Amino acid sequence: MGTTTAIRTKTYVGERIRRKEDPRLITGTATYVDDIQMPGMHHASIVRSPHAAARIKGIDAKRALETPGVVAVFTGADVKEVGPVPCGASLPGLRVPQHSILARDRVYFVGHPVAVVVATDRYVARDAVDLVEVDYEPLPAVADPERALEPGAPAVHPEWPDNVAFTYHQEGGDVNKAFAGAEVVVKQRITSQRLIPTAMETRGVVADWRAGDKALTLYSSTQIPHLLRTLVAMMLGLAENRLRVVAPEVGGGFGSKLNVYAEEALMGFVAMRIGKPVKWIESRRENFAATIHGRGHVDYFELAANKDGTILGLKLKLIQDLGAYHQLLTPAIPTLSVLMIPGVYRFQNVFCDIVGVFTNCVPTDAYRGAGRPEATHGIERMVDILADELKIDAAEIRRKNFVRPDEFPFATATGLSYDSGNYAAPLDKALEIVDYNRLLEEQQQARKEGRLVGVGISTYGEICAFGPSPATPAGGWESGSVNIDPTGKVTVATGASPHGQGEETTFAQIAADELGIDIDDVVVVHGDTAIVSYGIGTFGSRATAVGGTAVYFALQELKKKIGTFGAMLLDSGDVSYRAGRCICNKTGKSVSLSEIAAASYRAMKLPPNTEPGLVSTCFWEPPNFTFPFGAHIAVTEIDRETGAVSVKRYVAVDDCGKIINPLLVDGQVHGGVVQGLGQALFEQAVYDETGQLVTGELMDYAVPKATMVPWIESSHTETPSPVNPLGVKGVGEAGTIGASPAIVNSVVDALSHLGVQHLDMPLTPERVWRTLQQHGGQA
Amino acid sequence: MKRKITLKINGKPRSDEVEPRLLLIHYLRDVLGLTGPHIGCETSLCGACTVSLDGKAVKSCALLAVQADGREVLTIEGLAANGQLHPVQQAFWDEHGLQCGFCTPGMIMASRQLLERNPNPTEAEIRHGIDGNLCRCTGYQHIVNAVKAAAAKAGA
Amino acid sequence: MIPQSFDYSAPATLKEALAQVSSGAKPLAGGMSLVPIMKLRLAAPEQLVDLGRIPELNYIRKEGSELRIGAMTTHYQIESSPLVRADCALLGETAGRIGDVQVRNVGTIGGSVAHADPAADYPAALLALGASLKLVSTGGERVLAAAQFFLDTFTTALDPGELIAEVRVPVSSGAGTAYVKLAQPASGFALVGIAARLVRAGNRIGSAAIGVTGVGPKAYRASEVERLLAAGKPTREAALHITGGIDVNSDLHASAEYRRHLASVYAARAIELAWSRTE
Repeated sequence: MGTTTAIRTKTYVGERIRRKEDPRLITGTATYVDDIQMPGMHHASIVRSPHAAARIKGIDAKRALETPGVVAVFTGADVKEVGPVPCGASLPGLRVPQHSILARDRVYFVGHPVAVVVATDRYVARDAVDLVEVDYEPLPAVADPERALEPGAPAVHPEWPDNVAFTYHQEGGDVNKAFAGAEVVVKQRITSQRLIPTAMETRGVVADWRAGDKALTLYSSTQIPHLLRTLVAMMLGLAENRLRVVAPEVGGGFGSKLNVYAEEALMGFVAMRIGKPVKWIESRRENFAATIHGRGHVDYFELAANKDGTILGLKLKLIQDLGAYHQLLTPAIPTLSVLMIPGVYRFQNVFCDIVGVFTNCVPTDAYRGAGRPEATHGIERMVDILADELKIDAAEIRRKNFVRPDEFPFATATGLSYDSGNYAAPLDKALEIVDYNRLLEEQQQARKEGRLVGVGISTYGEICAFGPSPATPAGGWESGSVNIDPTGKVTVATGASPHGQGEETTFAQIAADELGIDIDDVVVVHGDTAIVSYGIGTFGSRATAVGGTAVYFALQELKKKIGTFGAMLLDSGDVSYRAGRCICNKTGKSVSLSEIAAASYRAMKLPPNTEPGLVSTCFWEPPNFTFPFGAHIAVTEIDRETGAVSVKRYVAVDDCGKIINPLLVDGQVHGGVVQGLGQALFEQAVYDETGQLVTGELMDYAVPKATMVPWIESSHTETPSPVNPLGVKGVGEAGTIGASPAIVNSVVDALSHLGVQHLDMPLTPERVWRTLQQHGGQA
Repeated sequence: MKRKITLKINGKPRSDEVEPRLLLIHYLRDVLGLTGPHIGCETSLCGACTVSLDGKAVKSCALLAVQADGREVLTIEGLAANGQLHPVQQAFWDEHGLQCGFCTPGMIMASRQLLERNPNPTEAEIRHGIDGNLCRCTGYQHIVNAVKAAAAKAGA
Repeated sequence: MIPQSFDYSAPATLKEALAQVSSGAKPLAGGMSLVPIMKLRLAAPEQLVDLGRIPELNYIRKEGSELRIGAMTTHYQIESSPLVRADCALLGETAGRIGDVQVRNVGTIGGSVAHADPAADYPAALLALGASLKLVSTGGERVLAAAQFFLDTFTTALDPGELIAEVRVPVSSGAGTAYVKLAQPASGFALVGIAARLVRAGNRIGSAAIGVTGVGPKAYRASEVERLLAAGKPTREAALHITGGIDVNSDLHASAEYRRHLASVYAARAIELAWSRTE
């Protein structure tokens, strides 16, 4: 016992702490799935359908099997015992196609897995794929969701000739009354095109079967190792405790790895059949064709308002392109759009219909924002259309309709309770940063000079921190465990499995502050079902708000126990804990955390009713979602001759509640904005009429490069969330949600004086040029 | 038919028998266990596989291992010297120039090339210099900051 | 991701390489186009002859009124060559617009020209410069004007067994030149690329040479535009003829109609920029 250690006064929460995970990443020593090597490891390569729809008349694998090094070829007939690829979303009347891990008698989209070749070498496996002869009888296909709804369109699944997977209705208030009494109604068809998530690391799986233990280990590039374990164990008929899932270093996900894929169960099946470890690494071409896509909306909006700009009600018919199957959350995604359709506005009358449509395309599912970018894009476009119609300033009309600061918690027409907010604050700040009034003058001047300059505002609200368990498909809590070892070093285990977000750093900041210790004395572990008892995962901007909170509460429990041991060691009934020491308030004597830890494990003497050791686990169930918000402003200029859009300024003011690490929050905003900007300007997954994926490679799908994106002026307001004690809301998707309407509103604003009301994304030079031509604005 | 290649990898001599079709990236990763460089595409657009070949940044997924015979390859693993991070590595860490880290080894090798040829680049020159490397996480801004910081440090 | 098997040789002399090529081997230059298409299995040569170890194919030198550039000279070498900058700035500017730095470090002028991608950058410049190509085979050598070399999409005047050994570019003294390009956002290839070379005669254009890439099935000279410019027509008016007689490409990234329009806009911009650089 001593009193010599200097009191640490520095706190970590709120500081720009550089990341603890980076040393391994910048030196090339991190381990992603494809970096795993095992003795006797085999390699799998998958035969995929080149047709969007076809009957499989036969498969001949003889030549493949004769190739030296090839050990097996499995087809749909071999995997009948394996359960279907699961859909975790349930909606009334949902039609769920049987989704075998390998096609049985038909294929439904280009890239559909048909067979798997297993060989001793990855080159041999790839060669043998070309030797598997599949006899296809091509069938008519349909790739466009509106076309799929037309009478006589090819049926994606013959048992459901109308191609409708589900319809879903949600309403609140009295929309008919609102529209009947409205002074103005604006209408617009708005699309959110299909996007390809394009995590830089493609998917990959290594499966290792230990027959002696009847135990399978699956290494997968996933965002949800625990859910994957539960579901793959069910698919393979394994007891869940015989399956370990490891998410090693994961090279980005953006929702595309928030899923359970055929290949994950398939590799488990292969490893169990051949009795050797097997690796499958997705090529980029496969990734584009067979990993989920995002968005895929056609939305018909109507907005009713008074002439003063007060919004009265909204109607939406939402057509969701589902693709050929339901992946984990496919049908649930558009329901999130409907939930968030009021955005940051007060109106209470909403009437929404969703039609979920099968097409001969790869399924859509959660992609960064998952339903909310589509909703935000829609409402933010409609507000601008209304402002244009009424000749009201775009900032002014928003202010008029914002939920007011004294109205929180605010009950929306869609049944949500917005936790906290001050929607005018980020808007005001953003307007100040761009010097809005001067900007509008400059715009007028530019127009006089014949230049096309636009100013676009988006004030978004989003739903994060998924979420209360009754409102999420697979449980919405998160686990956090804190383990202080006998030398006083701290290990935090989280069920939120990160893939670039930096939770090893932010969670360590929380733990170090709570325990008053150095951040280097905290290690955060995750992504292994053998280390973390259970968890949900990192998605839906939930990791810090839910997972961080679980860690926080585990720490509170532990601090009580530390205090109990400290009091015993100090022989005092009046102790307090600060800066890593338990201190007797009377004598000033203290013991360090490591001394307490040692005593707790040595257990020579225990406080009454106290177990040895310093371990605590919390499964935290959030009482509500959180609702971040913000204001983004884009200034664009259009090249009159070519239609090319250049973004002159981009200002993002985001309110994600309390900020744990501003450096990481800025990183999330930048990356998010660029993904939203990618949708607005460049990206689109294009299927032709026959269901061929035209944008099948990075040669044709335009992921933004460094030269294609502007400098982002990012700042924040901080409105704490009352939902969790950290006050955090979430920031992973904010940038993406705010960006696309800011850019499109800006471009439409640049053209509005020519009579342009709307443009669909992406705003390619050709699309803008054609609009200029139609409106007599081309040079 | 396999061919013998002899080359220097991160300063050390190495010799192997390889199939002519073996890509340099697979040679580095699967044969030598140098898994720092990554594979993110097959059309040499993403740049995750970038290494230095005789001092020049190259995409090792678009080269055959036999093309590197007799040459010197430097991968991300060989960049830090005597336990000291290379200034570009250090700057990526300090400026939060990475998130998932998958593009990072290639991005660092491309940035290193840029600063060798242009020690004091403008923002536009930095963006141009890393145009062959895709990052889906950062929006590039902190990478730009990292390259600026590395340049400033070298110039200081 | 993985090419099919092939035999491979890497001769040290052009003579050895030609012997291989004459027996059907596919030449491998930088491989920046060939290796990716082999990985996608869109090409599967049985035999590759690697030209990368033939020092006699890598040089930039001035001979008389020509720059002579070995076929295996990389885009970066051309982009950064003081000789090219001084005597043929257009070629250096064009090289600097190809792909990305990693591609420019490895890709070669001979490889690019022989591949004859209709959206490649060099052909526009070579046509505008009136370049010629030295083609060699076991049977000897011939020199062919670039204008006679590009026949169609991925199709050239190279005979079986023939290789490009050298690119010859007239030194452009006194001319103003420019290469402007709208890159396809994903691939970086030219949706439209225009190389312009203008010689000033007093206050007007004396002569013009305009090379176009990305627009038609092959790169071409816009001779009607050249004629109109030399005849004193205003730039914008002349540029409207940039796609005259051309079967304009149409794809996901630009319809034929839009590409035709873009070509005229970029032609005007290239001409204006080149004019501003005339002496």
